[in-house]
Amino acid sequence: MPTLTEDRLKFLQERANLTRQGIIRSLLSAGSGHSAGSLDMADVFVALYHHVLRHDPRNPTWEDRDRLLLSCGHIAPVRYSAMAYADYFPVEELLTLRKFGTRLQGHPERVRMEALETTSGPLGEGLAQGTGMALAAKMDKKGWRVYVVTSDAEHQCGLHMEAMMTAPKFGLDNLMCIVDRNFIQIDGSTEEIMPLEPLADKYRAFNWEVFECDGNDMAALIETIERAKETTGKPQVIIANTVPGKGVSFMEGDYTWHGKPPNKEQADTALRELEAQRERILSFHG
Amino acid sequence: MASSARNGAIGMHLVDISDVNALKSVPTRNGFGEGLIEAGKSNRNVIGICADLAESTRMEGFKKACPDQYIAIGVAEQLLVAMAAGLASAGKIPFIASYAMFNPGRSWEQVRTTMALNETNVKIAGAHAGVSVGPDGATHQAIEDIAIMRVLPHMIVVVPCDSAQTKKATLAVAQKWGPTYLRFAREKSPVITTEETPFEIGKAQTFRTGSDVAIIACGILVYNALVAAQELAGDGIECTVINNHTVKPMDEHAVIEAAKLCGTVVTVEEHQQHGGMGSRVAEILAQHHPVPIEFVGVRDQFGQSGDPGELIEHYGMGTSAIKTAVRRALRRKPGSHALAEPNTAE
Repeated sequence: MPTLTEDRLKFLQERANLTRQGIIRSLLSAGSGHSAGSLDMADVFVALYHHVLRHDPRNPTWEDRDRLLLSCGHIAPVRYSAMAYADYFPVEELLTLRKFGTRLQGHPERVRMEALETTSGPLGEGLAQGTGMALAAKMDKKGWRVYVVTSDAEHQCGLHMEAMMTAPKFGLDNLMCIVDRNFIQIDGSTEEIMPLEPLADKYRAFNWEVFECDGNDMAALIETIERAKETTGKPQVIIANTVPGKGVSFMEGDYTWHGKPPNKEQADTALRELEAQRERILSFHG
Repeated sequence: MASSARNGAIGMHLVDISDVNALKSVPTRNGFGEGLIEAGKSNRNVIGICADLAESTRMEGFKKACPDQYIAIGVAEQLLVAMAAGLASAGKIPFIASYAMFNPGRSWEQVRTTMALNETNVKIAGAHAGVSVGPDGATHQAIEDIAIMRVLPHMIVVVPCDSAQTKKATLAVAQKWGPTYLRFAREKSPVITTEETPFEIGKAQTFRTGSDVAIIACGILVYNALVAAQELAGDGIECTVINNHTVKPMDEHAVIEAAKLCGTVVTVEEHQQHGGMGSRVAEILAQHHPVPIEFVGVRDQFGQSGDPGELIEHYGMGTSAIKTAVRRALRRKPGSHALAEPNTAE
């Protein structure tokens, strides 16, 4: 496992900050879209694209690449922004989000951009597809891994539960599920709408190897993912505890930001806050 | 009685249906089972996934013949599709089997998103389609499946006419790239095609030629259409019978030519009249060559328990119902009123 030096950590934290800025700019440009979950998963996507994944942005269909699936397609802005800052396409293209003719559809479509690996948005479908991919890799004795990012409320979908039951049957230790545990969904708190707890115990009961960490702590995330990868014979889940709207003070923890974008004034405030955070990251220890 | 060759089924190498002793009855699902084994043995990327119905969908043989290519996932039809889409993304050719009522009946949104919109090479094997499932009753009788599959962009929809053709169709589906729905039935039905009968996805087959009425059929009811045509010939009514096995993409040329030749059409399918193969025929003809059309199929209702043959009769898809529809079509044909009555042939 690559060592995470202080400089490296600082680089990743800055990338996460830039990714958040990209999310705000693209959502403002689009005029619609999902802010809270996109912002809170910036650290996970940066950890994956810049540290964990075996991939090549210039050759996105490389046969031996790791596969990253975003199950909760509505937080596509975070994936697009992380991809742009990982050199998959120019950062300016983020401003085409949700516009006619764009590759950056409101919900991801693989046919428009191969690197997205699948088409998602209808909830609960990612883990099942990831299970199929991981099983194909096992059948063909390939070394690539599958990472599936899901929301927490998706665990209310029967199909996700079917996949939770299926992946352990085949001993898919090349499959990792990362759960955005931000406790919100469109209509309110997950525990009020349809309680998910005890979520970790549900995975344990389904025979998964369970890990939990602060999903907005880059060092903890990377350490946890690398540790989870050591698991043999079982799929792994990381319950990433996140703060919805992370990085933008007036969005943090407020479920009403689940499904709406900032207006111009709010976006300006958010970008000022994020830029101040970026300066702090860069000046830390320096 | 005229043989099928004399009636224009040139190059089709059909069994002579008037020779009752020569007719064998085999369930179309058997053809699927045989075809899948052959496909799996010739290509290791062909995978069979089954939602707890290996024996009745006839995937059991594949499971034994190609054990490393077989996956049991239990009663989980949504997973069946989505997991197959994942396997297909990694280069596999998954055939996913369950009853048509659940596959694609239960999993339509997964089929739309992960197969059709996502353009993955998944093959849905929908078994026990139609009211001919029989005693299981309405819950298990898929008669809306063609409608919900043919409406999806990129989807190929194939409904073979007998066991021999289902085997050929399974092999053809395995070889042709694209999200596909292959529909077949539970009960034994007459085998009317032979080893030599050609099969090509998207190419309708003329099983009989006549210029009075064109009967366009699919699935196991093609046999009923042929019997009806044979009996009507005794009354001087000569029918073209088309085996329209590919509902999507439909052979528009064949449909239009049949309508031009006969000037009136009867469609026959074991499905709701609404939205099925006949509806597609009507769409094509309304646009390109409008003629009177009669629809043989279930009339906007659900099935029930019963003997398969008795249910086919009850829901108006037996040979007598087809003959009645042909006469109605003939009455509606401009200038051909006299022919519509029994025993008044010219």
